[in-house]
Amino acid sequence: MTVKELIDSGKFEVVNVGAATDTKITDVFCCDLLSIAMSRGIEGAAWVTVMGNINTLAVLSLTDMSCIVLAEGTNLDQAAKAKAIEQKITVLRTDEPEFKAGLYIHGKLG
Amino acid sequence: MSDTITLKYDVSTDDFTRAGEASSDVKRKLKNMNVNPEAVRKVAIAMYEGEINMVIHANGGVITVTIDPDCITMILADKGPGIPDIAKAMQAGYSTAPDNVRDLGFGAGMGLPNMKKYSDDMKIETELGVGTTVTMKVFLAA
Ligand SMILES: Nc1ncnc2c1ncn2[C@@H]1O[C@H](COP(=O)(O)OP(=O)(O)O)[C@@H](O)[C@H]1O
Ligand SMILES: [Mg+2]
Repeated sequence: MTVKELIDSGKFEVVNVGAATDTKITDVFCCDLLSIAMSRGIEGAAWVTVMGNINTLAVLSLTDMSCIVLAEGTNLDQAAKAKAIEQKITVLRTDEPEFKAGLYIHGKLG
Repeated sequence: MSDTITLKYDVSTDDFTRAGEASSDVKRKLKNMNVNPEAVRKVAIAMYEGEINMVIHANGGVITVTIDPDCITMILADKGPGIPDIAKAMQAGYSTAPDNVRDLGFGAGMGLPNMKKYSDDMKIETELGVGTTVTMKVFLAA
């Protein structure tokens, strides 16, 4: 599944549509501690987290994960929203818990 | 890539909104130079953790990155409080980060262990009340 296909699934609310939406989603990564995400984040993975600050975006681009999915009804704060637009990063959100969101995406991989 | 390239970054105090910019910039440049992806990843992780530490623990500082054909060297120098016990600071999970920093997803006490793990060589020079200089190297296979 590509980032665009995940957006088009309608499963998640769209916070920002970034560039490179034809990127293939390779995996799902769930984690909220940024140091762990930084060292363990999987290239190409959709990153499901509740952390919606500017540092989340920095970690995403440093690890080359493909998009952010904010779970548990969280959202980007204002500074992070501006940064996501500027850096053209795809961010989606949902009220579901991380595991459920991640499981849905995992089921669509392939 | 025969000459040495030097990059310098001012990492400012308490500016979480910009933390990570220096590491991102270095990552982008290394990618453009076709440095092997594994080395780029190691540099990005090690430098990001060091950059965040400067912001959280040391009121910012200066990062100098030199790119040689066989080695990337990152020197992170701050004029912060210094580290009283390096062995303790190096332990996974040890952190003195305040709650507002933990709320941002940092302060897991994984920074220095990650820096050690992802660099091929790391040296910490620190003096209480004077500052800390962390030097990290990532070697590039010929
Ligand atoms: N540049 C620095 N200046 C002063 N203290 C530091 C510096 N870097 C790290 N430390 C100390 O070492 C501890 C461990 O660092 P680290 O492993 O990165 O964990 P964290 O940043 O999550 O607290 C910090 O909590 C802090 O007390
Ligand atoms: Mg740290």
